[in-house]
Amino acid sequence: MELVCPAGSLSALKIAVDNGADAVYIGFKDDTNARHFAGLNFADKKAQDGLAYAREKGVKVFVAINTYSQAAGWSRWQRAVDASNELGVNALICADMAVMDYAAERYPELPLHLSVQGSATNYETLTFYKNNFGIRRAVLPRVLSLKQVETVAQYSPVELEVFAFGSLCIMAEGRCYLSSYLTDESPNTCGACSPAKDVRWEQTESGLEARLNDVLIDRFEEGENAGYPTLCKGRFKVGDKTFHAIEEPTSLNTIELIPQLQAAGIKAVKIEGRQRSPAYVENVVRTWRRAIDLYNTNPEQFRVKKQWKEDLAKVSEGTQTTLGAYTRAWQ
Amino acid sequence: MKLSLGPILYYWTKQQTLAFYEQAADADVDIIYLGETVCSKRRELSAQDWIDLAKSLSETGKQVVLSTLTLLAAESELKTLRKLCNNGDIMVEANDMAGVQLMSEHGVPFVSGPAINIYNARALNVMKKQGVTRWVMPVELGRETLQELLADAENMGIKDGIETEVYAYGRLPLAYSARCFTARYYDLPKDNCQLKCIEHPEGIAVHSQEDDELFNLNGIQTMSGRTYNLESELSNMQKIGVDIARISPQVDVTFDKVNQFRKALSGESKTIALSEAECNGYWFKSPGMDQVISAD
Repeated sequence: MELVCPAGSLSALKIAVDNGADAVYIGFKDDTNARHFAGLNFADKKAQDGLAYAREKGVKVFVAINTYSQAAGWSRWQRAVDASNELGVNALICADMAVMDYAAERYPELPLHLSVQGSATNYETLTFYKNNFGIRRAVLPRVLSLKQVETVAQYSPVELEVFAFGSLCIMAEGRCYLSSYLTDESPNTCGACSPAKDVRWEQTESGLEARLNDVLIDRFEEGENAGYPTLCKGRFKVGDKTFHAIEEPTSLNTIELIPQLQAAGIKAVKIEGRQRSPAYVENVVRTWRRAIDLYNTNPEQFRVKKQWKEDLAKVSEGTQTTLGAYTRAWQ
Repeated sequence: MKLSLGPILYYWTKQQTLAFYEQAADADVDIIYLGETVCSKRRELSAQDWIDLAKSLSETGKQVVLSTLTLLAAESELKTLRKLCNNGDIMVEANDMAGVQLMSEHGVPFVSGPAINIYNARALNVMKKQGVTRWVMPVELGRETLQELLADAENMGIKDGIETEVYAYGRLPLAYSARCFTARYYDLPKDNCQLKCIEHPEGIAVHSQEDDELFNLNGIQTMSGRTYNLESELSNMQKIGVDIARISPQVDVTFDKVNQFRKALSGESKTIALSEAECNGYWFKSPGMDQVISAD
């Protein structure tokens, strides 16, 4: 299985490459990708440097152009596709039919991957994208159980990539507008969920309050781990309960599923986190490289090591990890 | 402009559902969408029941459309989808690309539902080639985007033969998950949810700790806490080329809303103010939950 790693900056890219990534994925410095955050991503020169660095070590570079363009901004998406082709990247990761249509027509040799934002949860959908745009690979949303992943893989007309580790999106990606309901930005339109510009922290008598566009997302008592106010991970009132009504802050970690994913024919595992620090990238990439190598050398003896768990726990949201939807119990 | 009734997004009893469509048959709407779009475990009506109901409703002379599931993961769900797409008679609204794929294989015209991501004219053109003759704009988009999209479509020469529908009334479907939040509220695993949704014909309200009604839990679907209402914008919608306004069924108020929308369209009602529990932000490029007063 190919290990696909996040690179939000040139230093993160180098660290991912040095620690054993088979491929890194990057985005440009605008709203054409789903991690459109200040201080993140690549302008032309940096992208060239990153590509050269990865190339030299035999590591592939994918470019995420995985938001949905609207009429006024189309030229930016078009430019992102043109620039990627000019750079000679190994694949584009796209969600918008318009982007795939343009890329397939203009650059038929440039491999296309369907982004998780394309929301493909079954093989009929994959057939659609293969027939119409010739996609070679699809990234599956984090909503499928292992059994469902196995079924999709069995009938899929394209290679599949699944999420290995990182922040856990609980909704079917590409079909969640919660962020634009509370703020004016969403992953689909702007490449941002619960945007930082709308976050406000305030120490009050009732505790530390986290707000998103003035809406109270959570309130933390002293000593509580105060996580970023992603709106689906807040504490809300439902009936007479106040709790994480939608999801707790946890990270997805599927390291123990390496044998099953391999057996299902999954071609690549993806680490989430272009917005995370180089230290996160180093830790997660290194741990996953070891795990995959251990499995490849000796599949029968594969066991999850205590050290791996401890290392990954350090960089997990809320310091918890879960297998997420891969286990039916979580669903 | 035509009025449509969207599919019932909540889980209602069979009796409640049939009573609703008895009223719908006599209501002043042009199009009726029906079918289960949220959760495949909701089986008060089977796929065959929906097809039969659709056929009997089409005798009223209204256009009837079968809406399909939005999040399809299991093989059994694809099987139901095939049955609906193969019905041979009634038009289909595809809410997932799987439905688009099947309908395009069949080579019959179909509707692209609100959960299909059409954000620009080029994507609309791709869908037109599959056989789409009507599309419902994703709920997070608004007037300006739509105007630009339709202008582009005009320039590309693809506007003819495509109708545009806008979700104009009801709680907004905002997200779909593998997890069931209604089951979570009851501390039940999804596999044994005891079909609790049926006890909540209007979903379950989610409030912030300051009592703002933020969201609404409807099984695996998360809806807006406020009710979207574009009644005051109907004439503007008409002006920019919206062909159909969709009213999403809510308990009790649906048919009153149909009548109010009709009046607004005929210019009978003058000022239309939103109630506190309503919103229209998306239409004006603002956060969806906002209430914006139109300048024109």
